[in-house]
Amino acid sequence: MKYKVILCVCLGFILAASLIPGLRADEFKKEDLKKWEAAFMDVVIEGEKLFHSALGTNSVSCDMCHPNASNTHPETYPKFQKQIGSVATLRDMINWCIENPLEGQPMELGDPKMIALEAYITWERRGVPLEPGKH
Amino acid sequence: MSKGKSMTRRSFLKATATFTAASMLPLKLVDVCWGKEGEKFTFGVISDSHLTHIKGTKFVNNFDKGLQQAVAEIGLMWPQPDFIVFGGDLAQLGKKEEIDHGLEMLSKIEVPIKFVIGEHDFYLDMGKYWEDKVSKLYYSFDHKGVHFVVLNIILTYEDWIKRWRTPEERMLQMARLDNPQGSPFMVGLKQINWLKTDLSKVSHDTPIIVLSHSPLYKIFKPWNFWTDDAEVVQGLLRPFKKVSVLHGHVHQILYNQIENISFQAWMSTAWPWPYPVSYNQKLNMVPKMTVFMNRADPFHERDATGWSQVTLEAGRVSQHFDLWENTSRTIAYDEKAGHFVDSQYQDPSKRIPPQMHY
Repeated sequence: MKYKVILCVCLGFILAASLIPGLRADEFKKEDLKKWEAAFMDVVIEGEKLFHSALGTNSVSCDMCHPNASNTHPETYPKFQKQIGSVATLRDMINWCIENPLEGQPMELGDPKMIALEAYITWERRGVPLEPGKH
Repeated sequence: MSKGKSMTRRSFLKATATFTAASMLPLKLVDVCWGKEGEKFTFGVISDSHLTHIKGTKFVNNFDKGLQQAVAEIGLMWPQPDFIVFGGDLAQLGKKEEIDHGLEMLSKIEVPIKFVIGEHDFYLDMGKYWEDKVSKLYYSFDHKGVHFVVLNIILTYEDWIKRWRTPEERMLQMARLDNPQGSPFMVGLKQINWLKTDLSKVSHDTPIIVLSHSPLYKIFKPWNFWTDDAEVVQGLLRPFKKVSVLHGHVHQILYNQIENISFQAWMSTAWPWPYPVSYNQKLNMVPKMTVFMNRADPFHERDATGWSQVTLEAGRVSQHFDLWENTSRTIAYDEKAGHFVDSQYQDPSKRIPPQMHY
């Protein structure tokens, strides 16, 4: 009997919680979608600025070789990078470009600037099917 | 890649000696062909060096090395070409330091240089320093039976030119290839009228070679591989039997045929651009006949860059590309096909995987 009371109380709490707006995991509104998309696009715009800025020491910027981030091929990563001799990620390659043509210091892989660069590069390639490993 | 090392006299001589040996073989293959009957010549092309001033006496090492290598190799050509064409974008941001730096490097060339201005040389001071120190912005000359016309087709609309707060801001905006706030190139009425007068003195049997920085046709507007009034100029060239338009700006192998006009691009000594087909968000009009250059390998600093030798045979162009990290390519006018064809790869079955761009 005691257990039945506890079970009923628990179920009651769960039912009550499900009725409180914002607590259910599987529901979101159009406003939420707009908000999340706007948050993402803010990062894309930040990435676009970085992509067109001198991130290293010699005033060279990413867009000089990759207008609209073309020829970066984010859809093909991770892939075996023959020049490195192992499977590399897009972020590895972003750092390679910062260190070499741009003559700069590599970023932490989780640096918000790195995430912004990745967001911009993938946004410019939207709609292209994923083809990991492709050369 | 070497980082931050400037080219000293010692390292320059060492580099020169190294590629002297490496370059002797291809340079023996220089064709000496015919302009008109009884006349023969070849000229060299260097383009899009984009020398970039950092501060003081410091420039981007990578781009300096590209131009230095082209100049040194042209010095080794034997016989020497009749002249050199510099295809524009000597500077990155039109600065006097950059133009002077380029002129100093080019001064090692012992044959005359015909200069074409690019947008990176122009939009800081609207071409004033270039006109004072380098060359006229548009002109014509005759050489061994061929009429050459140098055009300045990187002009644009007055309202765009006036909308920027400073010359530096205007230059930076124009220097960004993928700029959504950019403005399309054009030739403009003044130059079109000059061209009409210039061509009126030329027989329609005379081969015409137009030298321009950007392509005199429409390929991809978002990157200004584009001339707004291209068709007007093409119309003026229509009555001539043999017309070739050679251009820089696109930093890639690119060729096309529009009616009687054969178009072909030059390489950059600084860096390659992707083909517009590799940007999937917008439609492009990249000519189907072009066999693409190899996809660039950024781990090789000089990959997909180089210079070229243009030879004339019976008024038709054959361009041989010296590609520093790839097999050389020759693209010549084919009378049967009626357009340019690649000597090795035109047949689709002969193409190689690095030529696939996506």
